[in-house]
Amino acid sequence: MPQYLLSVWHDDDYAELDFASPEMQRVGAQVNNLNAEMERADAWVFGVGLRPASSATVVRSAGGDVSMTDGPYAETKEQMGGFWIIQAADLDAALDWATKAAAACEQPVEVRPTEDA
Amino acid sequence: MPDELAEVFRREAGRCTATLIRVLGDIDLAEDAVAEAFAIAAEQWPSHGVPPNPGGWITTTARNRAIDRLRREATRSDRYLGAQRIESNDMASDHNHELDDLDGFVDVVADDQLRLMFLCSHPALAADAQVALTLRLLGGLDSPEIARAFLVPEPTLAQRIVRAKRKLRDNHAPYRVPRAAELPDRLHAVLTTVYLIFTEGHTATSGNSLTRIDLSREAIRLGRVVTELMPDEPEAVGLLALMLLTEARGPARTDADGSMIRLADQDRTRWDRALITEGHALVRACLRRNQVGPFQIQAAIAAVHADAATAAETDWSQIVTLYDQLYALRPNAVVALNRAIAVAELHGPAAGLSALATLDTAVLEDYQPYHAARADLLARAGRGDAAVDAYDRAIELTANPTERHFLERQRAAANH
Repeated sequence: MPQYLLSVWHDDDYAELDFASPEMQRVGAQVNNLNAEMERADAWVFGVGLRPASSATVVRSAGGDVSMTDGPYAETKEQMGGFWIIQAADLDAALDWATKAAAACEQPVEVRPTEDA
Repeated sequence: MPDELAEVFRREAGRCTATLIRVLGDIDLAEDAVAEAFAIAAEQWPSHGVPPNPGGWITTTARNRAIDRLRREATRSDRYLGAQRIESNDMASDHNHELDDLDGFVDVVADDQLRLMFLCSHPALAADAQVALTLRLLGGLDSPEIARAFLVPEPTLAQRIVRAKRKLRDNHAPYRVPRAAELPDRLHAVLTTVYLIFTEGHTATSGNSLTRIDLSREAIRLGRVVTELMPDEPEAVGLLALMLLTEARGPARTDADGSMIRLADQDRTRWDRALITEGHALVRACLRRNQVGPFQIQAAIAAVHADAATAAETDWSQIVTLYDQLYALRPNAVVALNRAIAVAELHGPAAGLSALATLDTAVLEDYQPYHAARADLLARAGRGDAAVDAYDRAIELTANPTERHFLERQRAAANH
C-alpha cells in the first residue's frame, strides 16, 4: 500500500510553548485520539512529535571531513513540529487523514508520498 | 479524409484517452497509445474507409498497441502493476486479470470521461495545472496549442503538464468518480476548471484578438459532456447555461475593427438566438430542482440580460436580487463589485459609488474591472477628474490591447 509522510508545520520555533497549558493539553488529547483512530484503521506506520527546531544539529560529510552546525538545516521561520508515516489506499485517503491531522494539531499538514517500496 | 479524421480526433480523443488510462493505469502510456492509434488511422482510413464506430476502433487499436508494447518491454512490469492497482481499486468488473486477459473488446465506460475530469481537476493540483491537464487529456490539445491559447511560453506549459502528471502518479491519485460526500466540492472544482477555460477563451488576458473561439467552444463541449454524464447535477447544467448565454453575445461583442463593445451598447439583434433559447431552457430546468448554486445564479443573471430586447429594458432589480443571492453563497469582493454595478443601473451612479465605497479596496486594488467600473460611475456622476484617474489605473492594469483601446476612448470622453 502507498505510504505518505504527513508533516505538521509551525510558523515559528515553538521552544517557548507551555505544554502544560490547557490549549496544548487539548491538542495533545486530539492527537492521541487520532493516533488511536489511525491504528484501528491500520493506517498508522509511525508518528512522533519533535523537540523545537533550535535543538537540531546539521551534520555534513564531504570526503573525509565532517562538519556540524548548530540549528536546523533550513533557517526559515516555518519549521516541522512532528510527523506521521501512514499507509493509505490512494491520495484521497491520505488527504482524508491529513484533514483530520490538521484539525487535531490545529496546524497546517503537508502530505508527501514516499518512493514506492 | 484529413478533415474527417480531425473531426473524429476532436470528438473522440478525450474519451479514448480516458478509457485507456483506466485500462492501462498510466496517463503517459495511454496518451502514447491513443496517438499511435490515430497515426495508424491516418494511414489506413483513406484506403480502407472510416470504420463504423471510429471511437471504438481507436480505443481498441490503442489498447492492442499498448499491450504489444508492454509485452515487448518486460521492464514495464511496474507500469503493468500500476494498471492492476488502479483496476482493483475501482473497476466494477474484470479486475485482477493477467495481461493476456486484456485481449478482446475494450469496454468503453461512459464514466471514464468523468473519472478523467475529476482527476484533472484534483484539488491537489494548482488551478493552472488543472486547466492545462484538462485541455491536454480531455480536449486532445497539444502543448503548443495550449501554450498559444494562454500566451505562456511553450516550455512553461509543457513543464506544467509534466509536473501535474508526475504528481498524480507519485501520489497514487485514484481514478474514480468521488464519493457522494466529497462530490459537491470536487464537482465544483471540475466546473470551475471548465469555466476558467471558457472565460480565457471569451476574453483573452492579452493578445490582439478579443475572443478565442477555440477555448470557448472547447469549454462548452466539455460542459456538454459533464451535463450528459451528470444530468442530475443542477450546477453542471447551470454552468452550461451560463456559457451558452455568454457565448450568445459573441457576435455583438466587437465591432468591425475588432474593438470591444460594452453590454449596454451591443446590437442585441446580433445575439445568437439559438444559444439563448437553449440557455434559457437549461436555466429553467436547473432552477426547478431548487438546489441553487453559484453557477445557476450567474446563469440566471445572464438570462435576465438575454431577456431584455434593449439595455434600457433590463430588469435591474431582478439582477440586484440575484447578486444578493450570489453574495450570500460567495461573499467575495468580486461578487460585491458586480452587485454595486447593478445597483448603479437600478438607482443611479451615486448609489453605485456608495456601494463601491463599502468594498474592501485592498483586495480590489489590482483588479482591473473594479477601476474600470468605478471610472465609468464617476464619469456618469459628472466627476470627470476622478474618473480620469480611475481610468488611468484601469488602463495600467489591462493587458488586452482591445480592452485598453476601449478604456482609452472612455477616458478621453470623460475628460471633456
